[in-house]
Amino acid sequence: MAGLSLQGVGKTYSGNVDAVTGVEIEIADGEFIVLVGPSGCGKSTLLRMVAGLETVTRGEIRIGDRVVNRLDPADRDIAMVFQNYALYPHMSVRDNMAYGLKNRGESRAVIDERVAEAARMLELGPYLDRKPRALSGGQRQRVAMGRAIVRQPAAFLFDEPLSNLDAKLRVSMRGEIRRLQRRLGTTSLYVTHDQLEAMTLADRLVVLNGGRVEQIGAPLEVYRSPASTFVAGFIGSPAMNLLDARVEGGRVVLEDQAIGGAELPEGPVTLGLRPEDLRLVQAGGLALRLDYVEELGAQRILHGFVGGQPLSVAEAGAAPLSDVVRVAVREDRLHLFETRSGHRIERAGLAAMEPAE
Amino acid sequence: MQKIKPLDHLVLILGVLFLCVPVVMALMSSTHYPVDIHSNGLFLTPGDNGLATYTKVLTDRGGFTGDVTGLRMLMNSLIMGVGFAVGKIVLSMMAAYALVYFRFRFATILFWMIFTTLLLPLEVRIMPSYQVMSTLGLLNTYTGLIVPLLASATGTFFFRQFFKSVPDELLEAARIDGAGPWKFFIDVLVPLSKTMMAAIFIIMFIYGWNQYLWPLLMTTDEHFYTLMRGIKSILQVWVGSQIPDYNEAFALAVLAMLPPVAVVVIFQRMFIKGLTESDK
Ligand SMILES: Nc1ncnc2c1ncn2[C@@H]1O[C@H](COP(=O)(O)OP(=O)(O)OP(=O)(O)O)[C@@H](O)[C@H]1O
Ligand SMILES: [Mg+2]
Repeated sequence: MAGLSLQGVGKTYSGNVDAVTGVEIEIADGEFIVLVGPSGCGKSTLLRMVAGLETVTRGEIRIGDRVVNRLDPADRDIAMVFQNYALYPHMSVRDNMAYGLKNRGESRAVIDERVAEAARMLELGPYLDRKPRALSGGQRQRVAMGRAIVRQPAAFLFDEPLSNLDAKLRVSMRGEIRRLQRRLGTTSLYVTHDQLEAMTLADRLVVLNGGRVEQIGAPLEVYRSPASTFVAGFIGSPAMNLLDARVEGGRVVLEDQAIGGAELPEGPVTLGLRPEDLRLVQAGGLALRLDYVEELGAQRILHGFVGGQPLSVAEAGAAPLSDVVRVAVREDRLHLFETRSGHRIERAGLAAMEPAE
Repeated sequence: MQKIKPLDHLVLILGVLFLCVPVVMALMSSTHYPVDIHSNGLFLTPGDNGLATYTKVLTDRGGFTGDVTGLRMLMNSLIMGVGFAVGKIVLSMMAAYALVYFRFRFATILFWMIFTTLLLPLEVRIMPSYQVMSTLGLLNTYTGLIVPLLASATGTFFFRQFFKSVPDELLEAARIDGAGPWKFFIDVLVPLSKTMMAAIFIIMFIYGWNQYLWPLLMTTDEHFYTLMRGIKSILQVWVGSQIPDYNEAFALAVLAMLPPVAVVVIFQRMFIKGLTESDK
């Protein structure tokens, strides 16, 4: 088992496509890291460079204390789980799991023991002699995990392993992966575009945008203080409201209404408000002209406009709503971003002020 | 279910008759005496000369040298057919593997060059091929009979398309599992290609089995005669008052039909099994 270290890693595909640029990540032994970001942001490319399936254009990748840039995938001591499972269709479940070990020249006894162990862990015992086509999606997924486990690698690499499963199975497999990883203590790098999956699985999140690392941090840390408007909009569901506001005389002003203090130079800022941090109130606050309401059961999401800007509010109540509702903002939950660059302006810049209720 | 109409059956029955009657005719005629065939035409009823004809055809030593039996010709044809089919499959699989999985320059151009040879049948290059074989001293050998015809654009094309449809992740999983290029080919691609191999075996076996012109050119030694040549030479004895042994020609034709039928029947089963078993 070993840590993982990426230093200045970049990838340029033929035709000068910069898929990944300047990625720096230090991953501790046993850590579960989730790479998350929208489609095309270079998550798979990064993972495949670690796996050795893609050449590294710039920078250095270490697994443990070995630089692996030039090593074959088989020599990197990693195991990978693919989105479409990539099981060998003509081999039984047992042979699928044993194939890598056979190629490494492990003895029959060792192979049998490891396969049996993995099968027990993943409850695959009854299916060992079946071909993959005779398995359900979830079972195939487990075989793919089994194939990774039996190798006892330094690191697991997952590329959207759950996205072919239905929603319910995805939730239970998610738990299973997490439990397994805790139990084995194997360093893991996991790619997903599903922010919920990212939040629930990760020890630390790496948010990627356009091939660059936007933020690295524990899920809650990223949720509570997103480093940029991009992260703010990506992590959290429903997404954070990002509104054009101004700083005037030490106060943040949204649509002519002061909603908090800020020791900042005058000018435009982007104001971030999480829908779940907003509350409905009888009087005061912002006037929200309702557009439509999504009922989710446990809560409902109110979509509407403040002035000309869209705003959504997550709320647990069931009371009937009028066309215009009043929304209060918790001042300690304001997020401010530079309008031009989208960078977060730290809360130190926010002076305490009476709530705008 | 759709209602079965009598007309459909009629059409089918006519089709079956159309295809089967000539075969039955050949089989039945082969059991009569040549004189009867010569005077009465073909038969649709069995005669009483069957056993004698087939025994004679299979074991009687004929030809100029007087020691070529039908059995020998059957064997030669089999060697041609199997050698062809196996050789073509092996060669075209390896060519397709190189084209699809190895990044070398000009791979696409090379492929199209191979592909255009589809337009050039053997007959176009038969003289140069003969010249090459003769210079190499390979006339009158099985090698000379088989090897020049092994390169197969059809086979390469089919295998290339098939390999392209194999998901890339399978290759990647195999690479992570420590399978080198050769192991991946043997352990993954070959088993996955079973269906394709069966299909190409059928086509190529029959192609090789039916070769006539090439063996005619390549072999002067009667020990290498194939069934196709045997049938022809029986019918070529029309000198003076001698009648060709029609019954023997028919018997040989019937015999010549059996192995391809057997190949189709055997491989068809594998073929269909392969089709229904794979989930791709
Ligand atoms: N072989 C290639 N040649 C050129 N460009 C490529 C190649 N593979 C990927 N790219 C480009 O690199 C970028 C990153 O691709 P990548 O597959 O890593 O995205 P991703 O984050 O995994 O997206 P998704 O969530 O859709 O899987 C994309 O813009 C893509 O077009
Ligand atoms: Mg991807």
